[in-house]
Amino acid sequence: MSIVEFRHHTLSNGLDIVAECNPNAYSTGLAYFVKTGSRDETPEISGVSHFLEHMVFKGTPTRTAEQVNQQLDEIGSQSNAFTSEEQTVYYCAVLPEYQLDALELLSDILRPLLRQEDFATEKQVILEEIAKYDDQPPFGAHEKALALHFQNHPLGKSVLGTRETVGALTSTQMLEYFNRRYSAGNIVLAMAGNVNFDAVIAQLEDQIGHWQNYDTQRDTPRAQPNSAFHSIEKSSAHQQYIIQISNGPAAEDGNRYASRLLGLIFGDESNSRLFWEMIDTGKAEYAVVEPSEYQGTGIFLSYLCCQPKSTQEILDLYQTLAGDIQSNGVTDQELELAKSKVCSHIVLRAERAASRMFGIGNNWVQRGEYATVQESIQRFQSVTRQDIAEVLEKYPLTQCTSVAIGPTKMEHK
Amino acid sequence: MQQMPWLESAALSILVPAGSQRDPSSLPGLANFTAEMVQRGCGSYNSREYVDQLDRLGAARSASVTNSHTRFSAAVPADHLTDVLALYKELICAPHLPEEQLEDSRMVALQELLAMEDDLAQKLLRELRKRLYPDPYGRSSTGTLESVQTMTHQDIMGHVANYYVPENAVISIAGKIIFEDVIKAVEQSFGDWQGAIQTELVETSPPEGHHHIQHDSSQTQIGIVYPSIPYSHADYFLARSAIGVLSDGMSSRLFTEVREKRGLCYTVYAMCHTIKNHGCVLAYAGTTTERAQETLDVMLAQIRRLGDGIFEDELKRLKARMKTGLIMQQESSSSRSVSMASDWHLLGRVRTLEELSDLLDQVNTEAINDYLSANPPQQFKVITLGQQALDTSKAEGGKV
Repeated sequence: MSIVEFRHHTLSNGLDIVAECNPNAYSTGLAYFVKTGSRDETPEISGVSHFLEHMVFKGTPTRTAEQVNQQLDEIGSQSNAFTSEEQTVYYCAVLPEYQLDALELLSDILRPLLRQEDFATEKQVILEEIAKYDDQPPFGAHEKALALHFQNHPLGKSVLGTRETVGALTSTQMLEYFNRRYSAGNIVLAMAGNVNFDAVIAQLEDQIGHWQNYDTQRDTPRAQPNSAFHSIEKSSAHQQYIIQISNGPAAEDGNRYASRLLGLIFGDESNSRLFWEMIDTGKAEYAVVEPSEYQGTGIFLSYLCCQPKSTQEILDLYQTLAGDIQSNGVTDQELELAKSKVCSHIVLRAERAASRMFGIGNNWVQRGEYATVQESIQRFQSVTRQDIAEVLEKYPLTQCTSVAIGPTKMEHK
Repeated sequence: MQQMPWLESAALSILVPAGSQRDPSSLPGLANFTAEMVQRGCGSYNSREYVDQLDRLGAARSASVTNSHTRFSAAVPADHLTDVLALYKELICAPHLPEEQLEDSRMVALQELLAMEDDLAQKLLRELRKRLYPDPYGRSSTGTLESVQTMTHQDIMGHVANYYVPENAVISIAGKIIFEDVIKAVEQSFGDWQGAIQTELVETSPPEGHHHIQHDSSQTQIGIVYPSIPYSHADYFLARSAIGVLSDGMSSRLFTEVREKRGLCYTVYAMCHTIKNHGCVLAYAGTTTERAQETLDVMLAQIRRLGDGIFEDELKRLKARMKTGLIMQQESSSSRSVSMASDWHLLGRVRTLEELSDLLDQVNTEAINDYLSANPPQQFKVITLGQQALDTSKAEGGKV
């Protein structure tokens, strides 16, 4: 019998708490998943979710920013936060004896002061972050490809925002966004490892029971796939970088297990079709394809890097390989190997409380469900070649939006 | 070896003494090229069959070349450990080194070099590393475009014969294992591995002075390096703790002064870097051109301020963080096997987690401050990459 136990509780204000409790674990992972991100922004406040994530660490009515940082360190926590298209996540990994302190602190900072002075200083940090990515491969091609693929769909916007949108943001706009999105009912607390669940519930009812719950709608239309080609010249780059996006299953689609395995077979970093044809031969420096799932829609994203003179060859080779898997499907052996790869990785990752916490939180936020390690493995094991063929039929890898950036300017098709 | 019966996994790290320090000076990057060739089939497998075997065992794996070694690491569900050990034995002792794949491997190595040119932080760190230690300890593993273009099949075969040997090699295994079984498995697979290193390393001085690399980028990359002590030194944990106060955690001095108070950059850090007989401190920040000078000056001021000592509360926070890190190592067979292998190389023995925890308990503010006052940070080298060279006058001289 497993001693691991799943617990779920909803506070009176609608905030969901999910935990996988393992009394033998060496640590505790806890994370607040706020269901908000770049897809919930209007164009004029593009980047506000991510900027707000930074501001959350800047102090509360009872703590200065310096105190927040010091206390996170005092409890020995490994803590951080990140923002994606649809989530803003604040997390902490601590020794079990500090879990209630960590929880008190994370909960407190989720009701930040948003002082004007801190806002101005932190804006500089965000602008530096944007500048950092400007200098770094693929030099904005990722955002450009998403924008082209999604067009007017809410997922077409950049998480970081631009120098212009972030530069023009005001703290009033941020406060308005905070008030619109950080409703108790729009937040999930996920925990894993050594969790004292009853004590957690008692403390939270007391500390955050008064957080307001209100309606936080999100549009989740399925994206209309687009196949465009766009080339950007960047003469200072040495290599050519190509981002390609095709349509894929959404977070709530049952065939996402098949699509994950398809991604591994076609474009994993090692022992995939792209690996043997592009990397092993030295034709490309990097070639990886991965599915990403969002609410209502999903994508396959490929990232290729090659010498500028080989750009057309690599684009053509990609189409040939995608065309081949499209018409002939995958082999039994490929499917078996992909399964053992993915299942072993699930087991290895589950050993860390913090990575388990991300898995549990994500699953709950995206689908409102919990799966044990064994159940997840089972779902991958039951995928058939037919399931993969269905994914390919519904989401052809050959139809993609491509963006190439580097010294070579390509002809637009 | 360490038994971690609460885990489901086992991990191994194999260090082979073919590090970039052993590259012939005329052929920098040879170890890296060799590591690429070694993974193209061995024993009774061609390269595809070999990787299929690893995938069938569910091995999460990596291969990399450091200055001292070529490292092969893998983590697997524990009952596959013996099989994966046998596979790595073939890789290390019986690689095919297929001549017909030499040009493909050369392309892989060239692509890696070209991609590194686009990674500005990597490019800076590469220049920085050259200045840390006497050559050959500051070499980067990837070599140069010229050297990669001239390497021959003969060079690769020779390198395997000379340096894929058990002398100075380390095999480290952690996870859900039983000592006796693992000893038997290692004996069985690696028991007949033979050979010794025949060459001596010759040390020459690193380049002196500051250095600027002109590049048309939005940000200026800033690197600072100064001498410190190696991991094996009795005072290492004092030096390491001082740098922890400077850079570990969100309340550390660099994060607070450079990012939180002034908003000068997104990334800033300092760390202790150590090889067997040498150690140094290196610091890094990336920031836009117009704020680069202020960033450099604030970083230097904070590094120098260490000479005045640290405070009790700063050490207390650092210790809490380090303790968490030590205990969390028990959740991962991979990270434990990597640290054990590194301990063995640097110390000739493994520090247990209990010993590390005791060492941490013994560290105190007074001892750190005595160390810092006797060894204040000095002899800085500043390396920058960006649109404009910076004024490095604040890096000159000793304590101010």
